[in-house]
Amino acid sequence: MGRKLLLDKVGIVGIRSYDVYRKNGGYSSVEKVLKTMSPDDVTNEVKKSGLRGRGGAGFPTGMKWGFLAKPEGVPRYLVCNADESEPGTFKDRYLMEHIPHLLIEGLIVSSYAVGSNRTYIYIRGEFGWIVDILEQAIAEAKNNGWLGKNILGSGFDCEVYVHPGAGAYICGEETALLESLEGKRGNPRIKPPFPAVKGLYGCPTVVNNVETLSTVVPIINMGGDEYAKYGTGKSTGTKLISACGNINKPGVYEIEMNISVEEFIYSDEYCGGIANGKRLKACVPGGSSVPVLPAYLLLKTAKGETRMMTYESLSDGGFQTGSMLGSGGFIVYDEDQCIVRNTYSFSRFYRHESCGQCSPCREGTFWMEKILWNLEHGKGKMKDIDLLWSVQGNIEGNTICPLGDAAAWPVAAAIRHFRDEFEWHVTHPEEAQRRNYGLAGYAEPLKAGV
Amino acid sequence: MSEQKFFKVTIDNITTEVEPGTTILQAARKIGGDIVPPAMCYYSTLKDSGGKCRTCLVKVAQGSAADPRPVPKLVASCRTAVMDGMVVENITNQQVLEARDGVVEFLLINHPLDCPVCDQAGECNLQDLSYGHGDDKSRFEFVKRTFEPEDIGPHIQLHMNRCIMCYRCTYVADQLTEERLHGVLDRGDRSRISTYISKAIDNDFSGNMIDVCPVGALTDKTFRFKNRVWFTRPMDAHRECSKCAGKVHLWMRGDEVFRVTGRKDQWGEVHDWICNECRYDKKKVSDWIIEGPAKMSRHSVISVNKYYGLKKPKDFLPEVMGGRDPKMLMNIHDVSGVNDPDIDLSAINGPATSKTFEKKDS
Repeated sequence: MGRKLLLDKVGIVGIRSYDVYRKNGGYSSVEKVLKTMSPDDVTNEVKKSGLRGRGGAGFPTGMKWGFLAKPEGVPRYLVCNADESEPGTFKDRYLMEHIPHLLIEGLIVSSYAVGSNRTYIYIRGEFGWIVDILEQAIAEAKNNGWLGKNILGSGFDCEVYVHPGAGAYICGEETALLESLEGKRGNPRIKPPFPAVKGLYGCPTVVNNVETLSTVVPIINMGGDEYAKYGTGKSTGTKLISACGNINKPGVYEIEMNISVEEFIYSDEYCGGIANGKRLKACVPGGSSVPVLPAYLLLKTAKGETRMMTYESLSDGGFQTGSMLGSGGFIVYDEDQCIVRNTYSFSRFYRHESCGQCSPCREGTFWMEKILWNLEHGKGKMKDIDLLWSVQGNIEGNTICPLGDAAAWPVAAAIRHFRDEFEWHVTHPEEAQRRNYGLAGYAEPLKAGV
Repeated sequence: MSEQKFFKVTIDNITTEVEPGTTILQAARKIGGDIVPPAMCYYSTLKDSGGKCRTCLVKVAQGSAADPRPVPKLVASCRTAVMDGMVVENITNQQVLEARDGVVEFLLINHPLDCPVCDQAGECNLQDLSYGHGDDKSRFEFVKRTFEPEDIGPHIQLHMNRCIMCYRCTYVADQLTEERLHGVLDRGDRSRISTYISKAIDNDFSGNMIDVCPVGALTDKTFRFKNRVWFTRPMDAHRECSKCAGKVHLWMRGDEVFRVTGRKDQWGEVHDWICNECRYDKKKVSDWIIEGPAKMSRHSVISVNKYYGLKKPKDFLPEVMGGRDPKMLMNIHDVSGVNDPDIDLSAINGPATSKTFEKKDS
């Protein structure tokens, strides 16, 4: 069994309520921090732990907190990004639904570290019932003196507010989130200035993912050095992976970042192998935005090393032969899945969710979806594949926010690794409507006993 | 006051010194010439504008003297401040040119390209941009996106199909008028400029939205289909106005004022905003004090047929005739009967032919 730090208590009956959570050691990190540590100590502890942002980019959290500008007389804000809307990612939802007090506890500790007296949870609008869960948790915490004025007599004030979004994926981008939180249209801001200097209401702001902030709790409880012993290399600690697709046991798993991708997919502790005895064709290891990998590149890197479930190993080989850990949305495809259809589906999503502010993303996602619709429905031409490649290249890197990149990468990776499947759709338009291309040469080498 | 510090910046191998806080685009404009990146959404007199169209992308080959690393991605020059010792590549960098061509292609795929019936034709930034960077044929093989026509008030005509979502008009409404009545609705490729609850935009300075619009999405209803801009002649003029500076361009053809706009500088930007009264209601020459012909770029289509620095062609006939006065070469009154007073033109039945004018008595 892998060690767990976040979901270790999730099985306890009634852990969602304050009393049970407190009885099981909850809020001890707040006591420890407020009574024995200074805000800088907390930041140092997080720096020592090597915690990296769990929202997708993997930026070191301690460093992010260290960048925060601290001018006199200006409030600072901590904003929790709970706008989890990436196709394939559902880990934050699981965490907030089952153990909401862990997030509240992490928020109090983190607010103390960055000096935020008003902390916001920007939650995806579709998570209406989780808003109720979180608000109840906040009320319970407040009634028991963990929130409000002068917490535990330390002189530190903190209030936490939940703010539901209105259904836009783009509001998960941190500056769009801040715009939306301010009550404006959720358009990403042009950086610089970065939120650490000029964020919410023009004040220095830290935006962190739900899982990142929750992870602060075990880091404080066990100490940063101890936490850094989990995992491998620069990928320290544990990570929540939301596994879905053609696997026997879809769900949210907490993994220590020292297991291999193969173990994650095939072991009974995690995904339990490919469903219905089929074979693995491809996988998107980090949510819909990251490049898709064919099976032979997923289990082994291009250099022949075993691919691990870590930030470094999954991105080994760059975008040519690698991918990203991203937000941990692990989507597995078996031999019956059509990559063209899947790419079209992702592309449709990004077209729908583009904010329309900058031209490459607004027009490019619109165009890519149309080309992919043609390819998928047997109306494509050979030159469309090259056109698609050219269009995604014109989007990538030229947009205001990473949504443009996120729309371009899956398309690029699909063409890079599965070009013959696209070509088959063009050369066999009618057959492509009846059956899928199948496994072709993408599968992992057959193993004895599988 | 301490000594003013200047930042040294090199754009396409040309070095200049600018004040701290200047953007790359402004520094390039200071140098001038071909190295100025095009800007479709940036407007120097509108705060926070820019960064959206991505046509002004440039490569920062050296971040600053202190930190000489290049910036990995292309940056929007209109919103990136220069650093001391920054080295920027614009037209000398192939990657920049390719990205710009890509952006122009994106801007054009859903643009109706109805220039022949568009009032903006001739002074349209997108037209200029597509001549410079566009391809001669489109790779887009789908039906273009269209919007339902919408009435946004008595003065301004909205053609949403032509819009490139530069957001300039929303900044005008935010920064010049008392209340913004329109904005961007929806998102992605369906995002559009609209008033949502069919409100008429009639704020006193709302007419400036027409001037800032880089394309023909917002046009002046009082000028619509009246004339083409290259037939009209811009004149600098002013009047005493209680609301605005009253400094305008009058677009005249003959003695008739067809249109009144703000004065645009060489980058097509208005610095003195004008009020709606000056723009829509003062269309008589007697309303204005005309200062003289406006300076237009020599390359602009508006300069065609305008008589600056006109040289009278050499009169060669007296020379050919050896000093004698030339005689009329042909008297058209003898050849054609059109001017024959015997025929009453209004009495001709049906279309006239040459036979109608044949002299009967000869």
